[in-house]
Amino acid sequence: MLKVSKVRLQQGYRTMKWPDGPAPEMPPHFTGRPVISGDCCNGCGDCAKVCPTGAIAVADGKISLDTGLCIFCGKCEKACSKDAIKFGNDFRLASAKREDLVVQPGNDMTPNAYSEAIHKLFGRSLKLRQVSAGGCNACEADTNVLGTLAWDLGRFGIQFVASPRHADGILVTGPVSKNMELALKKTYEAVPAPKIVIAVGACAVSGGIYCGQKETHKGVPEIIPVDLFVPGCPPHPATILDGLLRLLRK
Amino acid sequence: MSGPAVIRNGGKLPLSQIPVLTVSDFRRDILDSVSKGARISALFGSPTGENIRLIAVLAWRDTGSISVLSAPVQKSYPALTPDCPQAHLFEREIFEQWHVMPEGHPWLKPVRFPDSEKTSDMGVTNFFQIEGEEIHEVAVGPVHAGIIEPGHFRFQCHGETVHHLEISLGYQHRGVERSLVNGPNSKSLHFIETLAGDTTVGHATAFSRIVESLAGIRAPARAQVIRGIALELERMANHIGDLGALAGDIGYLPTMSYCGRIRGDLLNLTAMLCGNRFGRRLVVPGGVGYDIDSENADKIAARLKSAFRDAESAIGLLWETPSVLARFENTGALSRETAVKIGLVGVAARACGLQRDVRSDFPYGIFLLSHIPAATWESGDVFARAFVRWQELQRSYKFILEQLAALPDGAVRAGENPPIASGHLAVALVEGWRGEICHVAITNNEGRFLTCKVVDPSFHNWFGLALALRGQQISDFPLCNKSFNLSYCGHDL
Repeated sequence: MLKVSKVRLQQGYRTMKWPDGPAPEMPPHFTGRPVISGDCCNGCGDCAKVCPTGAIAVADGKISLDTGLCIFCGKCEKACSKDAIKFGNDFRLASAKREDLVVQPGNDMTPNAYSEAIHKLFGRSLKLRQVSAGGCNACEADTNVLGTLAWDLGRFGIQFVASPRHADGILVTGPVSKNMELALKKTYEAVPAPKIVIAVGACAVSGGIYCGQKETHKGVPEIIPVDLFVPGCPPHPATILDGLLRLLRK
Repeated sequence: MSGPAVIRNGGKLPLSQIPVLTVSDFRRDILDSVSKGARISALFGSPTGENIRLIAVLAWRDTGSISVLSAPVQKSYPALTPDCPQAHLFEREIFEQWHVMPEGHPWLKPVRFPDSEKTSDMGVTNFFQIEGEEIHEVAVGPVHAGIIEPGHFRFQCHGETVHHLEISLGYQHRGVERSLVNGPNSKSLHFIETLAGDTTVGHATAFSRIVESLAGIRAPARAQVIRGIALELERMANHIGDLGALAGDIGYLPTMSYCGRIRGDLLNLTAMLCGNRFGRRLVVPGGVGYDIDSENADKIAARLKSAFRDAESAIGLLWETPSVLARFENTGALSRETAVKIGLVGVAARACGLQRDVRSDFPYGIFLLSHIPAATWESGDVFARAFVRWQELQRSYKFILEQLAALPDGAVRAGENPPIASGHLAVALVEGWRGEICHVAITNNEGRFLTCKVVDPSFHNWFGLALALRGQQISDFPLCNKSFNLSYCGHDL
């Protein structure tokens, strides 16, 4: 017992202050929200050629980058001789609308994630069931980490529960493998209405690197309606938490 | 030609040098080798015109060599499994992928349900059943109670006692191996990185070494060291997470709470190498994507020391708490004999007293110069699997600090990657945090992948979990499951 208390003292209080205090520091080489500059692009399309997921389109000398498909590998940034694409430090990527995930020159606004209806229903308490549908266990791990004392998801009234019957919605990871389609639908149906769906990670948002595979779907929207899209491969835990909080406007 | 072709870990050889045996010689050779101490690292089919060629990759730890042999087959061949249980899942996979029937296989069930276009057929198989008074069946999954991947578990119970557990997977199947064929291309490495996302560094290292071997290039010394650091950081993050989760499964909350956070600290150290907590973009064919400058190296070392201090005290509580030990000891035990028979790898094998570790048995890269002794324990139970993790944590910690302080000079990339050799086979083994990762690539005449075989350690070990549950209480399942902590997507591919 003494030893347990001693260790407790040593471990200290480690829950982060954010969102009331400073946000967690992103590491060097972090690839957050991309910023596209319209002035220096010469329309060569080198960025689109190297993109492994086809997230970039260049039309009339204007780049648009779909952060929903993007796996943030940074190849486009390296390929661009004009420095037109820069991945920044901003981890606030989540959006309520799929189309708002497309970044274009001059558009460096954080996409809107707020829903008044969801705020009214679940603003004070949101219970989620998690379904991994072809996820690689990275999105799952960085969702799981929100439950640790460092992030302490419970302080926002958000909690992961062990049954869809206890849940207000589901948080889905993975592109939705065909082999998980039925289980995902059944889980969704088992959640009492009104309910919400959150797609976490490039795979869940759009299929990501698995977009176009015959063994998978192109993300959750192909199967059930989605209320919040959280890009990234995998999204940083701060990106997921920020998305949840902006959805509920906490 | 007599005898199999022999290569080292990370070596390649022309396809013409791989012996082509009759099926009966192929069979005899494998059984003979396994009886002499070899282990099946990979056994798979590769297309040759109209037929299928079976290829066996055998690992010999006493000589540190890898032997390769092959045999053409048509519609069927006599199964190895009845004489060599470690072949059982490989042969089921061969049947599923190539429709070549291993005659006499005792349980030829689906591995991944790859063609379940009609989703209602997914997971439907003839589960083994026990009949009798008061026998009942418990079915769990595919969706589980926590934030974990999907899989289906069927228990045959009498009261609380589990007499048999059958594990049916495939829910995570995304067609990774199929998509690697005709590569390497701009997507290949990303499939590999997400094949089992918690083992990004391990799989990316194996794949990069395959490409380097086939292209005839070598990652510079500095890159080899950075890869080693990243691999051990990955091991530390996952082991700390597992020890915390084991504590959680028995309701010992202090260690659970602390380790959950400390695991995050370790992931953040990997992020300091490349910007991503799972090591995406770090390991690439030809070297690593990012160098470590000395300021960053010092920062990583300082933060690692602080995280390890926290881990040491948090994990130390486990070994001093009688209620923890009472739950860990004698739970889910596997004998050494069983472990050998079914071909266990990694932590689970070392917890049965087996010296099996790619880093010391088939060393490559930095592990040729800096040895990490394999950590073992004899009891084969949950305690052993937990305690081996703790020993490995201490050794990885020491290794990382040593390497950070002695980074060799030079570049971190070998320059542009030349095209890969046509008509060759290459094998790379890496000791991922779960155990042996084996990648085998065969190239066609145009220098593209004809076959790219990926064996995650989970593929060897899922059956070990099923056996560990025999005679246990059903309430011990979460604890046993976490003590193996196997990958679903790494198995389902």
